[in-house]
Amino acid sequence: MNLIIVGLNHRTSPVEIREKLSFPAQTIGEPLRKLTNHYGLNEAVILSTCNRVEVLAITGDIEKGTWQIKRFLSEFHDIPLNRLDDHLYVQQGENAVKHLFRVGAGLDSMVMGEPQILGQVKDSYGYAVQHNTAGVIVNKLYHKAFQVAKRIRSETKIGESAVSISFAAVELARKIFGDLTGKSAMLLGAGEMAELAAKHLQSNGVRDIIVANRTYEKAVELVKGLCGTAIMFREFPHFLKNVDIVIASTGAPNFIIKPDQVHDVMRERKQKPMFFIDISVPRNIDPLVNNIDNCYVYDVDDLQGVVASNLQERKKEAEEAEKIIDEEIEKFYRWIKSLDVVPTIIALRQTCDQIRKAELAKAVQSLGSLTEKDQKVLDAMTSAIVNKILHHPVTHLKKESNKIEGDLYIDTIRRLFDLTVDEEAVKKAQNNDD
Amino acid sequence: MSDIFFYITAAIYLCSTCVYTAYLFSRKDNLISFAEKALITGFVFHTLTIVVRWIEAGRTPATSLHESLTLFSWLTVVLFLLMLVKYRQRVLGAFVSPFALILILTASLLPKKIIPLSPVLESYWLPVHVMLAFLGNAFFAIAFFLGIMYIIQEHYLKSRKLKGLYFILPSLDTLDELNYKCLQYGFPLLTIAIITGAIWSEYAIGSYWDWKPRQIWSLITWFLYAALLHGRLTAGWRGKKAAIFSGTAFMILLGSFIIINFVSGGAHGLSQ
Repeated sequence: MNLIIVGLNHRTSPVEIREKLSFPAQTIGEPLRKLTNHYGLNEAVILSTCNRVEVLAITGDIEKGTWQIKRFLSEFHDIPLNRLDDHLYVQQGENAVKHLFRVGAGLDSMVMGEPQILGQVKDSYGYAVQHNTAGVIVNKLYHKAFQVAKRIRSETKIGESAVSISFAAVELARKIFGDLTGKSAMLLGAGEMAELAAKHLQSNGVRDIIVANRTYEKAVELVKGLCGTAIMFREFPHFLKNVDIVIASTGAPNFIIKPDQVHDVMRERKQKPMFFIDISVPRNIDPLVNNIDNCYVYDVDDLQGVVASNLQERKKEAEEAEKIIDEEIEKFYRWIKSLDVVPTIIALRQTCDQIRKAELAKAVQSLGSLTEKDQKVLDAMTSAIVNKILHHPVTHLKKESNKIEGDLYIDTIRRLFDLTVDEEAVKKAQNNDD
Repeated sequence: MSDIFFYITAAIYLCSTCVYTAYLFSRKDNLISFAEKALITGFVFHTLTIVVRWIEAGRTPATSLHESLTLFSWLTVVLFLLMLVKYRQRVLGAFVSPFALILILTASLLPKKIIPLSPVLESYWLPVHVMLAFLGNAFFAIAFFLGIMYIIQEHYLKSRKLKGLYFILPSLDTLDELNYKCLQYGFPLLTIAIITGAIWSEYAIGSYWDWKPRQIWSLITWFLYAALLHGRLTAGWRGKKAAIFSGTAFMILLGSFIIINFVSGGAHGLSQ
């Protein structure tokens, strides 16, 4: 099996190149068909996202195939190959399998372990199936890749910790309050980032959201999207005791929440914890509030620190993921190896011959007194039957194995006759060939 | 026979403690699964130790300090396993396992001889009093560990540097809630233990209360936990403050129990 991946990603190329090379999903059928019909590739898949463009193909000749894909990319997008070549990477054989598994699991993504890429890889495979450019190897390969990604997701914590500021805020809130169901939040200022964090909180169960903004109308407008309550800005201190989470993002040049005030609030709410998220610069919440028992204050830098340490944590998990990938590649190659035509034919012959011999022995025993000559005749006859029955399947198998669908034939024969690979026999056969 | 099981228990608890420690550093899930399996295996041998000892002695094995610590350790593990099923707080095991191990190791240093119980103390009250008292203590022990976990987690969140245990420890709210729950169960058990102890004392030596050190110290811990519960209910004591308070109360409880029994040779000095 000759597998190649040629492509570029956010690390090897600037966005100006990536955008020129992208394939829109609506019209992806044409390039896919071109790859198999005009460029001589057996099977082809195109993955096109904002961070990467890759062509995966199965071909008879690796060097030629690689050249053909490069030529295709250049010709299809009308970019001279010499401008493109520096940005392109080529992965062949086992490296290509590894690359696909890593991409699917998000290990090659800009944000380590992000889950969207898996959906995009699934889509790219879907297009290939739809346009008939996916054969037995691509099918197996992609199903394996999805399986690997799933295994990595369940066996490592690669996707668990938040890597954006607004998610990090939600995650912190969950570490403080546990379940966020029924908790309430207050937005001070109606900024975009605050709104985003509030939406995340809401989808995690936060029920009441109070919005206070200097321009009351803006608060009312924001509240519509969040199903909360808008209040006048000067009234917000009276509402503090009822909220668990405060997100501040006003343009105020000074602290609008101070320790004394929070002390009183905490007494009123019987020391129930409060979480202050200060995403405004200059800051709106006095950092000294953090010193009050059961109060936690995080500003933008703190949240960025959280994101950084989460990414660090993901890198640690990535090592585990790489191990899983190596394991799965080995399994995949065991299957690929079984698709060689020679061992399949040997195994097929052996299986049939074993049946013949066993049945022959039984017959000889029940017939009793047979001369040596009789036995020889029986032996020759049964051999001839087996050989004649196998003659056409074996010739076809040899012929078809060089074609696109060849692996499908081999795989089918293996399944129908329940053949296992006999490593010894394979070696023997290979030695005989030499 | 019970001695063999006892040492097997100690060896397996040592193993589970090591694996739990490795888990705290590496945070690999398969390690905690292994540690849990080890702890459960140790627990099976622990149970055998106690059952065999019970049969050999013909009474509740809680008259010498050796027996008491073994039983206390066992009840703490029982309680942890029940909580593991109900609340899935797996990291708690990393605290329970070394605690069980330390109790067992301490017990192993003490005389293992079966001390005959003086006939006046033979009573139904023995198993009732002892089991309730130790179960109450087990709740306080778990509350103590939850408190430690709370303080660690709170430290991470307050310092705003998230690393290490932060990723595996549960949320502050969960820890605080469970801590409170443990007190809610532990306190009534302690109360009943003191009352049954007094009744038993009346049966055995004819007086409910005679200000023995054991009785004084139980009363002190009772007041401490009563104050903590009261503070939680009325003054909104929670979080770190409550964690520190319950931790201190548990240290006093454990310290007084060991010292009194060590000085008197077990069963609060009643067996001699």
